[in-house]
Amino acid sequence: MIHQDIILVPCGHFEKRFLETIARRVGFEFNCPVNTVEVRIELGDAYDPGRRQYNADKLLKALSSLVLANNSSKIIGLFDVDLFIPILTYIFGQAQLSGRYAIASAYRLKNERYGMKSDDVLLQERFIKEVIHELGHTMGLVHCYNPVCVMRSGTYLEDIDQKGSTRCYACRKITQVL
Amino acid sequence: MENMISILIVDDEESVRESLNSWFAEDGYSVKCAENAKTALSILEGRRFDIILADLKMPGMDGLEMLRRIKSMDKDAIVIVMTAFATVDTAVKSLKDGAFDYVTKPFDPDDLSHLIRNASQQIILTRENETLKSRVDSLTSVEDLIGKSEGIQTVLREIESVAPTNSSVIITGESGTGKELVARAIHANSQRKFYPMVSVHCGALTESLLESELFGHEKGAFTGALYNRKGRFEMADSGTIFLDEIATISTKMQIELLRVLETKSFVRVGGNKEISSDFRVICATNKDLKKMVEEGTFREDLYYRLNVMNIHVPPLRERKDDIPLLVNYFISKYCTSMNKPLLTIEPAALKRMLDYPFPGNIRELENMIERAIVVGNSKRIMLKDLPFNKELIDSDVESLEDFEKAFVLQILNKYNWNISRTAQALKVDRVTLYNKIKKYGLKD
Ligand SMILES: [Zn+2]
Ligand SMILES: [Zn+2]
Repeated sequence: MIHQDIILVPCGHFEKRFLETIARRVGFEFNCPVNTVEVRIELGDAYDPGRRQYNADKLLKALSSLVLANNSSKIIGLFDVDLFIPILTYIFGQAQLSGRYAIASAYRLKNERYGMKSDDVLLQERFIKEVIHELGHTMGLVHCYNPVCVMRSGTYLEDIDQKGSTRCYACRKITQVL
Repeated sequence: MENMISILIVDDEESVRESLNSWFAEDGYSVKCAENAKTALSILEGRRFDIILADLKMPGMDGLEMLRRIKSMDKDAIVIVMTAFATVDTAVKSLKDGAFDYVTKPFDPDDLSHLIRNASQQIILTRENETLKSRVDSLTSVEDLIGKSEGIQTVLREIESVAPTNSSVIITGESGTGKELVARAIHANSQRKFYPMVSVHCGALTESLLESELFGHEKGAFTGALYNRKGRFEMADSGTIFLDEIATISTKMQIELLRVLETKSFVRVGGNKEISSDFRVICATNKDLKKMVEEGTFREDLYYRLNVMNIHVPPLRERKDDIPLLVNYFISKYCTSMNKPLLTIEPAALKRMLDYPFPGNIRELENMIERAIVVGNSKRIMLKDLPFNKELIDSDVESLEDFEKAFVLQILNKYNWNISRTAQALKVDRVTLYNKIKKYGLKD
């Protein structure tokens, strides 16, 4: 694999320990340095008052207009708002396939959104999976059918809980070749 | 990847094209976009797409007109129509014009993946049907023996190896599994194929009738024997005789049959001339002949004479993978014979069939499809066209748990496994529904 690094761009209220854990786990999964950079992204521009949600395409564009680090970094914005793309009612995250930028939101990963007791450990685990998943897309990975692979597509929380937080052997192999 | 499914997105809104493009690309589909119907049609002239996802309302030619043109170019094209809530009526109209399904914008991510999965399944089935056809062509006249399951493939391999020999064969399996088809396939692939295969349904005849049926009779042999008549063994000369329901024949007939098999000759009822015939015998039964031998109701020597080769045809519930193929096969068989346009089947109806144990096996499935084609009045076979309505009351559900399981499954099927809609219908949240699915092992 070519030498690269990952930059986390938190755009929301995330606890320091939470971010540290994510950085550590992401770095462990991709075996590369992970840095966290605090930048301000204007969320208001992406807000759609009709849907009361945030347009993921616009957030991704805003993120990609930032000038950050070197050209080979993969950059993922971490959000805590309800994301959508025009054609879908909601999404957990979005990435440029084989590109540089991705975003992920913790908003719909929270138990309390579904009428259940909040669970920080579970939330953290889900968010880690989502972040690794979207980063996987930026590295060229498409959805995987392996039930425990982090690249398995999930449209529901339950799908995310069922899969693992790492790439399967096949996906790891592909990432090495790409 | 040559097996990759290709999708063409037709929408005048750039943001829609972009979102869908990246969504499907992440799923590993090969995607192309067109911004209007005209561009789409010219792309389609150059190459074929497995799935066409088209917006209904576009400037210039609208989606409905485009759908008609696509269908006239390629009637197998799978077109999914996208619509805003306000135009659902038109979307329903599009189904009549051959659209595979429609989705309302914006869609639930789960609905979209479901829809594409259903369409992909259809495409894979069509592809499999095509390869299957070419594969099985090496075996002639087994067209009704359809399936990719291990069970049926084993049967096909056994037919292939048994056919060229002259050995007698017993075909075992429940009623309705297609034992006679297996016999026909053996015959058609043997050196005897240019001579007749003569079938006798032993269970349907009394002892004396069976005797005259098998051996023939001379004029005046019994009341009603007005002419000399050739028996089935005689008719099967140089060919094959197929004795169905062999377990039903009487002890006396067993002795006579054994003698005929040993000498290949017999005397007509009421006659005295020895007639010889060169035939191969294939029997079928849904009974356990070996057990009957142990119990003394079937002669052991006859059993060993008949059972040189054994082919077991598995019941349909043991090869459910074949149900979609069989459904497609019978749809095309009956639509062709009834001179109707080729129907498709609603995913919910197919799903329901996959969950049904088919005690009457393929025959029951075939009857079901035939009936659905007769009674149905849309372009698709719908769940309501299938005889599954009284299911909960008729089935052997007794405990409240079993009832809940069956009921949840029924509603899931009704909404085509759309979790949101099913949960809404059941008035529970999605998590509860997921827990039930898990608890009852409803998802395989
Ligand atoms: Zn993904
Ligand atoms: Zn994988």
